[in-house]
Amino acid sequence: MTMMTTITLSPHVLRFSRNRTALLSCAILACVAFACFFGPVWLAQDPSRSDWAALSLPPTLLGGHWFGTDELGRDLFVRTLIGGRVSLEVGLLATLVACSIGVAYGACAGYFGGRIDALMMRVVDIMYAVPYMLIAILMMTLFGRAFYLVVLTISAFSWLDMARVVRGQTLSLRTREFVDAARSIGVSGPMIVVRHIVPNLIGVVVVYATVMAPGIVLTESVLSFLGLGVQEPMTSWGVLIEDGAQKLEAMPWLLLCPAAMLCATLYCIGFVGDALRDALDPREH
Amino acid sequence: MFTYALRRMLWAMPTMLGVITACYLLLHATPGGPFDSEKQLSAATLANLDAKYHLSEPLWRQYLLYLNALIHGDLGASYRYVDWSVNDLVAKALPVSVGVGGASIPIALILGVSLGVAAAVRRDRWIDRFVMLLGNSGNVVPPFVLGPVLVWIFAIMLKTREGHGWLPAGGWGDGAWSHRLLPIALLVLINVSTIARVMRASMIDVLGSPFIRTARAKGLPPRIVVWRHALKPALMPVVSLLGAISISSITSAVVTESVFSLPGLGQLVVNGAINRDYTLVLGIVVLTTVAAVLFNLFVDLAYALLDPRIRY
Repeated sequence: MTMMTTITLSPHVLRFSRNRTALLSCAILACVAFACFFGPVWLAQDPSRSDWAALSLPPTLLGGHWFGTDELGRDLFVRTLIGGRVSLEVGLLATLVACSIGVAYGACAGYFGGRIDALMMRVVDIMYAVPYMLIAILMMTLFGRAFYLVVLTISAFSWLDMARVVRGQTLSLRTREFVDAARSIGVSGPMIVVRHIVPNLIGVVVVYATVMAPGIVLTESVLSFLGLGVQEPMTSWGVLIEDGAQKLEAMPWLLLCPAAMLCATLYCIGFVGDALRDALDPREH
Repeated sequence: MFTYALRRMLWAMPTMLGVITACYLLLHATPGGPFDSEKQLSAATLANLDAKYHLSEPLWRQYLLYLNALIHGDLGASYRYVDWSVNDLVAKALPVSVGVGGASIPIALILGVSLGVAAAVRRDRWIDRFVMLLGNSGNVVPPFVLGPVLVWIFAIMLKTREGHGWLPAGGWGDGAWSHRLLPIALLVLINVSTIARVMRASMIDVLGSPFIRTARAKGLPPRIVVWRHALKPALMPVVSLLGAISISSITSAVVTESVFSLPGLGQLVVNGAINRDYTLVLGIVVLTTVAAVLFNLFVDLAYALLDPRIRY
C-alpha cells in the first residue's frame, strides 16, 4: 500500500471515469437506489395490498406485476423495492458507523503508537478470532430486532479491517512534516488526530468503505434470512429471499427476483470498490 | 519456535476468557430474568427455579459458578427445552454439523488447490477464466441464495422417472448420503472460490520466482516443477487462509443448516436465539469461540512449522 497524502482528486477521478464497467456499475447502483427510494412512492402502491385477481402470478411484463405476485396477491416488485430500501439503508448506515469507529480507533492507535498501539491492535486481533455471526445472533437475541439495533450489531464487528488499514496509513502520516509542524506549535495530540491525520485519510477511507459495503449488506441479509433481522411489517431482501426459499417449489420467482436484485447490487458495489482502489493506487495491481 | 508456541497459547487464554466474559455480561445486561415472560408461575416455583439456576446469587458469584461449571465441561441447563442440558443438545447436534462441515473442508481444499494450480499454470486459457469467474461469483452470490437455487435445481427441477426430485430438499434422514450431498456441495462451493483464487495468485507469484527458473533451466519436466517445487511454498497463503475460513464457515454452517433444515449446531443456535434460550445460545457461542481460537492457534503454529523462513 503506498501513500496518498495530498488530495488532488482530478487524476484519480480521471482514471476512475476511464473504467467503463465501473461507470456502468455506478449507473446501475444509482438506478437501484433511486427505484428503491422513489419507486414505491411513484407507483403509489401499498406493498401489503392484495390483488385478488392475480394470486401466485408468475412475472409478466404486461400484467402490471413485473416480478409476479405471492400467494396473497402482493406485488413482488413493490415489495422488493421496499425491501431494498431497508437493505440499502442498513448497508449505508452500518458502513458509516463502522467507518467512524474504525477511523477513530485506527487513527488513535497509529498516532499514539507504542504500548497503546500494541494493546489496541491486540484487541482487534482478538476480535478477529471471534465468530462474529454467533455474537450477532446473541446480540439480536438479547436486544431485540429494531432497525437501529441491526445497524449497531453489524457495525460492531465490521470496523476491524478499517481500523487496521487506517492505523497503517496513520503510522506513515505521523512522521510527516506538517504533523511535526503542528506539534511544534503546541497542538495537542487528539487535536492533531482530528485536524491533521483524519482529513488526510479520506481517500483511503472512502475506498475501503466501498470495499466493506458488500459484506455489510450481505450480513444484514443473512441475519434477515435467519429470521433475526428486521421484523414485519418491515421487510428486506434477506426476508424476501427466505420467504421465497420456503415456496421454491410452487413459486420460484419469489426467490429468484429478490436474489437477482441483491446479487446485482453486491456485484456493482464490488466493482465500484475495485475500480476506486485501482484509480487511487494503480501500482498495486 | 517453542517459546512462540507457548506465547501464542498463553494469548489464546485471555481471548477465550474475554469472549466468555463479554457474552456473559451481555446476557445479564438485558432487563428481566429468563422466566419473566413465561405464563404466571407460583412464587414457590419461581423460587425453586431461581435456586436451581443460581439466579438469586450476586452476579459475580453466578459468573464464577458458570466458569467453574465450564471448566468441568458443563454448559448448564437449557431454559427452554425442558429436561435437556445444553451438553445433551450440543452432543446431539454436533455430529450433524461435523458430518457436513467436516466433509466439505477437505473436498474444498483439494478442489480449490487443484483448480488454483491449473489456472495458474494455464493462464488466460479457459480453465483460468473459469476459476476467475468462480472466484468472483463466490463473492457475489451469497450462500443463502446459492443454497435454495441448488435445491430448486436438484430437488425440484430434475426429477427421477418416479417423479421424485433427484435429491431430497432437506432434512437429515439419519445421515443418509443423499441428504448430505447438497449441503456438502453448497459448503464446498462457498469455500472453493476463495481457496482457488488465493491459490492461483500465490502460484503465479511462486512460478515467477528465481528458484523455479533454476528448476526449469536444469531441465526438470513442468509437472515436477509445479507439484514438487512450487506447490509447497505456494500453499502458504492457503494455510493462513484456513483461520479465516474456520470463522466464516461457522456463518456458512448456520446458513446451510437453515437452508436444508439440518438439525445441527447452527439450527440449534438460531432456534435458541428466536426462543430466547440464553444458556443454549451462550453455550454454543462459547464452544464455537473456543474451537475457533484453538483452530487459529493450530493454523499459526502450522504456519511457523511449514515455513522455515519465519522466525519468532
